Amino acid sequence: MSQPPVIELQNVCTSFRGKAVHKDLSLRVEEGQIVGLLGGSGSGKTTLLREILGLLKPSSGSVRLFGTDLNDPDVILQRNLRRRLGMLFQHGALFSALSVFDNIAFPLRELRCLDADWIRRLVHLKLAMVGLDATHGKLMPAELSGGMVKRVALARALALEPELLLLDEPTAGLDPDRSQNFVELVGDLQRELGLTVVMVTHDLNTLAGLASHVAVLADQHIIAFGPKAEVMTVDHPFVTGFFGADRRKLL
Amino acid sequence: MSETPRLLVEPGRVVLSGSWTLAEMLPSLSRLQAGLAECSGDHWDLSAVTRLDSAAAVLLWRTWGAKWPAHLVAGELPRQVLTRVAELPREMPDSARPRLRFPEWVGMLVLKAAANLRGMIALFGQLLLDVGYLIRHPQDVPWKELTANVYKAGAQALAVTALVGFLIGVTISYLSALQLKSFGADLFIVNILGISIIRELGPVLVAVLVAGRSGSAMTAQIGVMRVTEEIDVLSTMGISRSIRVVLPKVFGLTVAMPLLVLWTSAVALLGGMLAALLQLDLSLVYFLDNLPRAVPVSNLIIGLSKGVVFGFVIAVVACHFGLHVKPNTESLSANTTSAVVTAITTVILFDAIFAVFTRQIGVPHL
Repeated sequence: MSQPPVIELQNVCTSFRGKAVHKDLSLRVEEGQIVGLLGGSGSGKTTLLREILGLLKPSSGSVRLFGTDLNDPDVILQRNLRRRLGMLFQHGALFSALSVFDNIAFPLRELRCLDADWIRRLVHLKLAMVGLDATHGKLMPAELSGGMVKRVALARALALEPELLLLDEPTAGLDPDRSQNFVELVGDLQRELGLTVVMVTHDLNTLAGLASHVAVLADQHIIAFGPKAEVMTVDHPFVTGFFGADRRKLL
Repeated sequence: MSETPRLLVEPGRVVLSGSWTLAEMLPSLSRLQAGLAECSGDHWDLSAVTRLDSAAAVLLWRTWGAKWPAHLVAGELPRQVLTRVAELPREMPDSARPRLRFPEWVGMLVLKAAANLRGMIALFGQLLLDVGYLIRHPQDVPWKELTANVYKAGAQALAVTALVGFLIGVTISYLSALQLKSFGADLFIVNILGISIIRELGPVLVAVLVAGRSGSAMTAQIGVMRVTEEIDVLSTMGISRSIRVVLPKVFGLTVAMPLLVLWTSAVALLGGMLAALLQLDLSLVYFLDNLPRAVPVSNLIIGLSKGVVFGFVIAVVACHFGLHVKPNTESLSANTTSAVVTAITTVILFDAIFAVFTRQIGVPHL
């Protein structure tokens, strides 16, 4: 049985006010891969994530998730597609008017199928997974520290048990201990559920601990994509700069 | 991936197979729940389950009555997920907040109103101190912000105030003309329009428009600056937020308001004159000739001073609520609403005070 790739971008071109961000960008992510997306600042990593999410329409080219085109006009199909993915935004993007508990419960309540007890157990489970106490559930997002915001946001992204998880700078702003926990958590989830993960990160430890594949975004397209060890040997100024000789020891 | 979760009850044991995930369970959730509720055996076979996510684990755990079944056959991964659910504390705090009783609610409103009043008085005092400081240090006067605010609150509001003023003028003139015609008192249209628009309607109309337009903008702007911590940045740079942010807004609006009142009253009178011309055949020249006679100049002064006071009040109220926005969207919207409502109410209150204290002034005695 051949599965369609989880993410398939074909010849995607994007430009903002005449300035090209992506040119003929193609990427194919298969089920179960954990892809680290690398690139210099301003190289369009977040733009690429937004295109995968369907928040931004590329000027040309197609984006397919689970074999479904994001431009499909079927609203129900689109909604069901969105439920299969979870996104962790760079700055958390928690609903500031809702408490931590309600933030995580929100996508579950939107399903309109689960009863209150089930939702409460699930929310507390997610809170425990990201290392937060049940008492934190009552706090408002404004009362949280930066690292806690990130963990709550991850719990919310995981609430619907997504098959595809998109992470934008997941460990930035976490202390090393927490980011190690984070790496272990996502790794566990990946093994248990066969998650596919795409993450933008600059943190070598996260990349080393988690990613199975690496995609390098430079010169407006993916210059290298493949297993971690292969990509490191690519001869490109960005790659050699990023995995400098002494840093290579880390991985 | 597309294996539906299946439940098979065999004599003495329950066999689960397929992919037990939230997405796969959703289409047949009620059937699965009903099926699980009927299962009572102590033998559970989960070995054919391909995937088990935490939603399904919670469902199973509830079915088992929050304890492990006597005989469970399961792979390592599903067991891990179930263990995680099992480790949750049994008692979970409810997330609901306590409801307020009526007297508490009233008391809270009163306390809130008192706190707001206190805050506005404090802001007023701070402004006085700032003015004192700026008199001693004239090089610190934020001229750029001041003029920008006059332009934003004044010049950019000319079109909308003119349109509304003109229409109100036409309406009043038209309705009064109908009444006056039946009494044969056509000529008094000059008195009615002149006094009502210059003394009362012009300032109040502009105040309501400006409270909705500039007042809400001020609250939202300062509020967002609080949410994004820009206000704190100013403080860390040693720049007084009240001199740089609040003072230009308050004085900008205090300067702009009387000018807007003058402009709106003029346009409203023009509208009234045109309607009178069409309705009563009252020539524009006659109207203009008689206006100074019918409306003593003190009315204009009262109208303009109302403009000054209203502008000041609106800006102080708007800035006060802006500075008290908490960093979340709910508070931002609540405070913007409060700012506009409080500003308009306070304006009407001050208008009533004006009416009482100026009752002897500017009313022509026939």
